[in-house]
Amino acid sequence: MAKFERKGKMKGVPPISTASLPDIVFMLLFFFMVSTTMKETSINVKIRLPEATETIKLEKKSLVSYIYVGAPLMQYQATLGTLSKIQLDDKFSEVSDIGDYIAAEREKRDEKERPKMTVSLKADEKTKMGLIQDIKLELRKASALKLNYSSRKRLTNSKYN
Amino acid sequence: MARKNRAFPEINQSSLADIAFMLLIFFLVTTTMDVDSGIYRKLPAWINDEQEPPKIKRRNTFIVLINKNNDLAINGEFAQVSELKNRVKEFILNPNDAQDLSEREDRFVEGIGDVKRSKGVVSLQNDRGTDYGAYIMVQNELVAAFNEMRNDFSFRQFGLKFDALSEEKQEMVREAIPTSISEAEPVEI
Repeated sequence: MAKFERKGKMKGVPPISTASLPDIVFMLLFFFMVSTTMKETSINVKIRLPEATETIKLEKKSLVSYIYVGAPLMQYQATLGTLSKIQLDDKFSEVSDIGDYIAAEREKRDEKERPKMTVSLKADEKTKMGLIQDIKLELRKASALKLNYSSRKRLTNSKYN
Repeated sequence: MARKNRAFPEINQSSLADIAFMLLIFFLVTTTMDVDSGIYRKLPAWINDEQEPPKIKRRNTFIVLINKNNDLAINGEFAQVSELKNRVKEFILNPNDAQDLSEREDRFVEGIGDVKRSKGVVSLQNDRGTDYGAYIMVQNELVAAFNEMRNDFSFRQFGLKFDALSEEKQEMVREAIPTSISEAEPVEI
């Protein structure tokens, strides 16, 4: 009996094996690698997307080009003002640059994938329609006709019903 | 042999977890998880030369106007966004063949047969000062109206919702109920 007690005191609580910790972390890592996409551009304009119920998911991200529209962030307001600006890729642009941007985006894709290209318009809900209309006109001129008005999903129509 | 095995030290694996954590944190920071979604619309093709706008009868146009104060008008009268969807459905479906709502023509759709297709066009016009948010709200109601009509139609024809139909059947339903939302300005006659 005495021998048994002494043995127990010496060993204490056995340390928890951390050998499986890397496996758990790798599992998490793979989950995130598979379920997420890389951030491609940093957005320099403030965007609060409008809400909508009839939204469609954009399936193939590689076929989507983005146009961001909104007021420049604080740090750019000193030079650019607070009026809504267009951002293409990483830089602020004018409406007239859209044609070139679409052409460049088209050039990046495979020939057979080009007809499926979609433009996602991410515009702030406070933007004036004048600018949006100019963008739409430029898109039509560039024959990029598939347009997705990016919006947040509102689950029910409870706002009105 | 046994002695040799004991002499070879096991590689310490405790830092593997740290490396994996570092990778994990890197991916957490550089990636986004939000699914991109939005209202899908097809823009009309750009026509370079001056072309006469299509002539559409007055009863076949449903004019939705949004002014710069984000007020809504349907056919020249003030209206609420909440009534827009049902007004559009009533206009397109015209169940009682009212004289002031859209005309319906017989049309043969392959796979379904003869259907009564509306000749109505919803014309959406806005001011340059309209807020984008208000425009999307109206656009959303218009798309919702057409989606609901297609869902009802699919349910009557095939017993399934529009989204559950096969590609060919969706095409048939699209032909029977086209999304006739025009953002150009049709001329009244």
